[in-house]
Amino acid sequence: MEGTTKQKKMRSMKAVQRTTNAVVYIILIVISVIWLIPFVFLIMQSLRGEISTGAADYFFPKQWTFDNYIHLFQNKGYFIEPGKGTVALISTAETYNFVNWYWHTLVIALVVTVVQTVIVLATSYALSRMRFKMRRPLMNVMLILGMFPGIMSMTAIYFLLKLVKLTQELSMLGLILIYVGSSCMGYYICKGFFDTIPKSLDEAARIDGASRQTVFFKVIIPLSKPIIIYTILTAFMGPWGDYMFAYLITGPTRDYWNVAVGMKKMLEPQTLGNWADGFQRFCAAGVVVSLPITILFFILQRYYVEGVTGGAVKG
Amino acid sequence: MAITASELEYLGMNGWQKFGHNLTAFFRRLPRAFLGIFSVQIPKLARKIWNAIKSFFLTLYNAIAHGDWKTRTSFGIMGFAQLANKQILRGLLFLVFEILFIVYMCFFGAGQLSMFGSLGTEVRHESYIDEVTGNRVPASEGDNSMLILLYGILTIIFIIAFIYAWYSNIKAAYAVQQYKEANQHLATTKEDLQTLADAQYHKTLLVGPLIGLTIFTILPIIFMIFVGFTNYDKAHSYPNLFTWTGFANFRAIFGGKLAGSNIEFARIFWKLLIWTVIWAILATFSNYIVGMVVALLINKKGIKLKKLWRTVLIMTIAVPQFVSLLLMSNMLGDDGIINKLLGTTVKWLSDPILAKVTVIVVNMWVGIPYTMLMVSGILMNIPADLYESARIDGAGPFKMYFKITLPYVWHVTTPYLITSFTGNLNNFGIIYLLSGGGPMIGGGRTGGAGETDLLITWLFKLVSESEAYGMASVISILMFIITAVVSLITYNRSKAVKNEEDFM
Repeated sequence: MEGTTKQKKMRSMKAVQRTTNAVVYIILIVISVIWLIPFVFLIMQSLRGEISTGAADYFFPKQWTFDNYIHLFQNKGYFIEPGKGTVALISTAETYNFVNWYWHTLVIALVVTVVQTVIVLATSYALSRMRFKMRRPLMNVMLILGMFPGIMSMTAIYFLLKLVKLTQELSMLGLILIYVGSSCMGYYICKGFFDTIPKSLDEAARIDGASRQTVFFKVIIPLSKPIIIYTILTAFMGPWGDYMFAYLITGPTRDYWNVAVGMKKMLEPQTLGNWADGFQRFCAAGVVVSLPITILFFILQRYYVEGVTGGAVKG
Repeated sequence: MAITASELEYLGMNGWQKFGHNLTAFFRRLPRAFLGIFSVQIPKLARKIWNAIKSFFLTLYNAIAHGDWKTRTSFGIMGFAQLANKQILRGLLFLVFEILFIVYMCFFGAGQLSMFGSLGTEVRHESYIDEVTGNRVPASEGDNSMLILLYGILTIIFIIAFIYAWYSNIKAAYAVQQYKEANQHLATTKEDLQTLADAQYHKTLLVGPLIGLTIFTILPIIFMIFVGFTNYDKAHSYPNLFTWTGFANFRAIFGGKLAGSNIEFARIFWKLLIWTVIWAILATFSNYIVGMVVALLINKKGIKLKKLWRTVLIMTIAVPQFVSLLLMSNMLGDDGIINKLLGTTVKWLSDPILAKVTVIVVNMWVGIPYTMLMVSGILMNIPADLYESARIDGAGPFKMYFKITLPYVWHVTTPYLITSFTGNLNNFGIIYLLSGGGPMIGGGRTGGAGETDLLITWLFKLVSESEAYGMASVISILMFIITAVVSLITYNRSKAVKNEEDFM
């Protein structure tokens, strides 16, 4: 008697579980669709063969082509001649020069990645392992500096760089200096990781006669692979997608822009209106810009996730 | 671990009660946190400063009163005592710094500093004949107020650095003397260099980062704070001069008139401030709550393909944000794909109210994956035996959720919530790239401000379009104060959370 009710209860519970799971699956599928639609749209439109003067009004292309990518890197596009309304394939270099932007952004991001990683590791080690008089004050100062809106210093930095002629032509160097300059303020997560490495390891090495420097290079660094990769990844993503500083430092001359500034310009209605394939080429640019970082990201995903969770729990 | 009665009560509450409790506790703590700043922090700081001043003069007095001739010579010639005691490197560094400082001050710094009070007097002009005297006045480049201000600040920083170096030089000289008197070993140059890789390794590590920090963060912020007290804007930039105006910019924010400006700062500032705060609250909590639900769904027992769902969401992190935001702005445009496909003419981004909803929803699209990742990590860390013992005690899934999962996640993520709130106050990318701040606020004279503009994006427009530097800097200072107050108050709270982390 008791057994059968229990069995019934079990059976009904299983049924409930099955229905809840089904509901969960439906929700997850809906979420996935919502999250993927923009990216699918981006890829579809980048492969669209037909050229039209207006914005896209259908999702899937009718003709498939790689021309948009090819034209993007040849700096070519279908120009709508004003008045006549005819379309001709001409050079876009006058309006925008994607090859330059891509090159600039890549060089800046690579250099920044290297220097910023070194700076973050050095700062984190000093603040995590060394004990010196200015340690606390220094951390407090960085905490307070972080509360100022970034735009505030931006104006002054712009004046400073203009003074030493590092805007416009030399904006690559200027931007590198900006991104690297205040990168030591991003030490939190890395220091949090170093804090979790047992101090007894340092002490054992120091008893064996190792200096602080040796401990850093021979003990801490080899143990910090996850956090080094996380630092590299975030250091690369910062300049790769920066708009604010790049817009101000590179100035109005198109040749010196980075991809973010340039692509925003590509999407402006005035620019878009001049090109019959403007939107497709924007989408192709979006794919080309996203591809390296997305691949890198998915290869190194594990480390990124560890960084995010670790950093959040630490606070 | 001592459990107080209130903590027991707290653990007995359900999720909503806890949420309410935390919310009211936050506001109940506000006055005490404020008082704490004045009754604890400020006196502590004052005492520290007083002690520093005391030890400064005490050291100088000791060095004069008890120092030998080498120590006393160090008052005038920096590094003398070190050089005389074979600490060549230290001595030379002091000496070179002194010479550099004197040269800088004589040929440049003093002149710049003398103009600091007026920020320049001469406007650029061509050569002309003076009507009264009949002499030809040569052409002049005029003064550049911005440069005078910048060099003035540099000089002041240099002077402070020099005073500090001079003080440490005397302190070190006196220490050398005392070491010698006690017949102790003096570090040689070689040993000095060796400690830079060992006991003093932090100096080696931090010198580069700190130089960068000073030039690219500290100096600009100091400069902009000063600019807040000037009338620097488009009409007052080189070749025209700008000058000190005291608190005029601050008064303009609080309703006063600002001479020579056609932007209604007071009206726009308060309007945008309210929206910024609403935005930060909604953006933070919508991401947090929905993100947690999504994480729970993905991590639910019996759900397969966990990795796939997670990967799909992570796409938004992997693809550069500006690409997805620019694309979204196009898709949500008045004749964008979404309206075309739906056959509607909804003004997603051009209706004042709807645009606000849209940016918050898109922000959820951007932000939920982060929350999901984090909460997933935390969920895996919850000890399984907690659930096990709860099940033995007869708890159902809902009870377990409200008694174990929610409290655990809530406690562990409170610091994240705080940083994410202050981050959202200054969330430039989403608004600027998605809506551009639009649609415009009516009534004109807004300095380009739109309905969805946050203070930070408006600042960007003020700087890059209107060039209203003085006002922009004042608004920055006010934003800093808001962020600092929020952080300070919640900082104590997050400390408490850290202690509570092991409440299980």
